[in-house]
Amino acid sequence: MPTEAAELVFDEATKVYTGRDGAAVDHLSLTVPAGEICVLVGPSGGGKTTALKLVNRLIPLTSGDIRIDGRSILEHDLTELRRSIGYVIQQVGLFPHMTIEGNIGTVPKLLGRPRSWIKARSAELLELVGLDPSYAKRFPAQLSGGERQRVGLARALAANPPLMLMDEPFGAIDPIVRARLQDEFLRLQHELRKTVVFVTHDIDEAIKVGDRIAILRQGGRLAQYDTPRRILDAPADDFVAEFVGRDRALKALALRTLGELELASPGSVDGLPRLSAETNLRDALSLLVDERRDALLVIDADGSPLGVATREDLLA
Amino acid sequence: MTGLRLAGGGPVIPNYGKASACLKHNGWFCIGWVHQHWGDILQPALIQHIKLTVIAVGIGFAIAFALALVGFRWRFFNAPIGAVADSLYALPSIALFELLLPVTGITTTTILIPLVAYTLFVLYRNIVAGLDGVPADVLESARGMGLTRRQTFFRVELPLAVPTIMGGVRVATVSTIAIATIAADLIHYGLGAPIFDALGLPDIFRTELVVASALAILLALTADTLLAALQRALTPWTRIR
Repeated sequence: MPTEAAELVFDEATKVYTGRDGAAVDHLSLTVPAGEICVLVGPSGGGKTTALKLVNRLIPLTSGDIRIDGRSILEHDLTELRRSIGYVIQQVGLFPHMTIEGNIGTVPKLLGRPRSWIKARSAELLELVGLDPSYAKRFPAQLSGGERQRVGLARALAANPPLMLMDEPFGAIDPIVRARLQDEFLRLQHELRKTVVFVTHDIDEAIKVGDRIAILRQGGRLAQYDTPRRILDAPADDFVAEFVGRDRALKALALRTLGELELASPGSVDGLPRLSAETNLRDALSLLVDERRDALLVIDADGSPLGVATREDLLA
Repeated sequence: MTGLRLAGGGPVIPNYGKASACLKHNGWFCIGWVHQHWGDILQPALIQHIKLTVIAVGIGFAIAFALALVGFRWRFFNAPIGAVADSLYALPSIALFELLLPVTGITTTTILIPLVAYTLFVLYRNIVAGLDGVPADVLESARGMGLTRRQTFFRVELPLAVPTIMGGVRVATVSTIAIATIAADLIHYGLGAPIFDALGLPDIFRTELVVASALAILLALTADTLLAALQRALTPWTRIR
């Protein structure tokens, strides 16, 4: 699959609803580099969904501009603009009367792709999102919530759009399945490298998923736009600090893995707890606290020791 | 339409043919009479009745659909159109047939106008309800994916409204079959004709009454079954769950 991605720029983007006090999105300016995931996060009333819907003009801009690869969304034909942007919503919104293949093929069909192309593409996408090809002939009502959201993702990817808008895509899914979908989405993104705008109200999801996080406060004003690590290490103000939570130091630990540490060469390793290099520092610390130990042995995928990490190493 | 007979224009002692013992006792079901008059009374009446129903529901559907498009697209008109359709339905059928008689004469048009008017109520309401019933998230994803208004209507809203619309068509069809028999009181046409003939005799002619009524019931049941089958064929997604 060809990988292409677009740079997305919000330039003083503003939305004011007539008859309502204040803006929903207030002079929002930020750049999402091509191929990155930008998470819009914030309390309700922060305008994150509004900001997302400004991009595909489901909500019209009041002032300012939004540009995709340098071209204003206002210059695009509305229909073509929407067909060139993948759109995923929380309730999925699959067409109940169409088979899964019909759903995935909706936009390609509008773009005039032949049936055989759609069939092949749908099979390819089902595999990509981890569903059996036999799902092609099923109807949405026959799928679980998690499976439906996978199809929603496949449908949004069908025309290979350079930009994806995802509005709380995993918000209605139970926590265990949600974590799995997040992991698979990240694995997928690693392959596809789309530019993604991802809305959530869950700061943990934002930290896990985002290359960059934009925190919006009441009235649609941007409080901070930075990488997850920077936001956790250096919140711009009290609002951000409070929003990311008092455990932000622990959340920051969760962003790093044991493999990233400088490890001491393994000396006497007998009896030390063993953890794989992919374990994040937060989980590793939790284990040390739980077992009342000061050090652990880091092992690679084959189980051979890589080195020893002490409690001080984790906290450094 | 052919086969039109004037009201009360039949023979004074009609339909007896060669009197069997059963007929002499005015039995409830004289099979010999049914055999004898299937070709000249019952079958033509049945065919007329089917024609009447198909035409009435067909025209009614076309009008209701056009009105529903207006009421659905411009919400302002929905309540007034619905109210007119409702009040048409409230008109007593006999009175309406009688009122039209001077205008349209002793023709099938006189029957069709009320029959069509009666279908509008259920058809209009069901078509609008079906279109309204499309979930908001489905519409949002359609819009977000770049379907035009027209594409959304024909590819999403209309197909999803089919179960509700077909429900309306079934009710309209069955009730048209029933109401159409009453029209024969004025216009000698359809399955109502043999029913009123039978009722019009000094002693009610039981066999003719029973057989013609049974045909009307059977026709209604058959029509409903066929429409239900059509509905299932049109909406494969509703069958699995």
